[in-house]
Amino acid sequence: MLGFFSVFGGVHGRSTQTIEPRSMVIQILFWLFAACAGGSALAMVTRRNPVASAMWLIGTFFSLAAIYTLLGAYFIGIIQILVYAGAIMVLFLFVIMLLNLGNDIEADIRGTGWKVMAGGAGLVLLALLARVFAGGKTLPRGVDAPASVLAHQQAEQGAVGVIATPLYGDFVVLAKRKV
Amino acid sequence: MEHIPLSWTLGLSALLFSIGVAGVVVRRNAIVLFMCIELMLNAVNLAFVALSPYAGVQGQVFVFFVIAVAASEAAVGLAIIISVFRHSESVDIKNFSLLRW
Repeated sequence: MLGFFSVFGGVHGRSTQTIEPRSMVIQILFWLFAACAGGSALAMVTRRNPVASAMWLIGTFFSLAAIYTLLGAYFIGIIQILVYAGAIMVLFLFVIMLLNLGNDIEADIRGTGWKVMAGGAGLVLLALLARVFAGGKTLPRGVDAPASVLAHQQAEQGAVGVIATPLYGDFVVLAKRKV
Repeated sequence: MEHIPLSWTLGLSALLFSIGVAGVVVRRNAIVLFMCIELMLNAVNLAFVALSPYAGVQGQVFVFFVIAVAASEAAVGLAIIISVFRHSESVDIKNFSLLRW
């Protein structure tokens, strides 16, 4: 897996910097939660019982919430737990149990040909994305802003305010008054 | 947020999206298909959040919209699944072919 991610090393030249202890702890935590997310996603696809699939998907959601928090998107992390793990997955489990699909399991994983096709489709997509990301031209125009700008904004406005200002100012209300 | 290289998060996002695509191909249970679609939406959300320190906080606003759309899509889709189940006593995806035309 480490070899796979080293394909993407060309995007940023950050890996050559000297690593401070705090940064290393964050990186170790990222690997931990990334492994949890990937493993839970794989288990979600391969379990036969839909209830088990739903539980593994909740594990993926929690790991992703932790990764959002590590990335500094605190509000999105909380929303991920509240809305995805709290509301959407309850809806899924409600329907599974309403239709009584949890104990009388049909064979719903397709045959070998489909499995090969699924693996092929996944690998081709992964290779395409790896090629795009490793090309070094991933960053769209105007994204050379230093990464600390968002941290400064968050320190000034708070984790919610930094999202609420563009959300209600630019996207929803369109009522930016010039003062 | 500048402790984690962008390539790691984008790689994880690509991995999750590929697992979601493989799941959509290999499963026949309509509810599990929906879960795989949620997984793909989450992978895209991760890419948005990972790019937002470099491209502006608008990425996180977009994640907000994606979550809202995912919630409404789950509600509508599960309602369709329930009505198909009442018709044919199964959630196998082949029963949904009447939605094609």
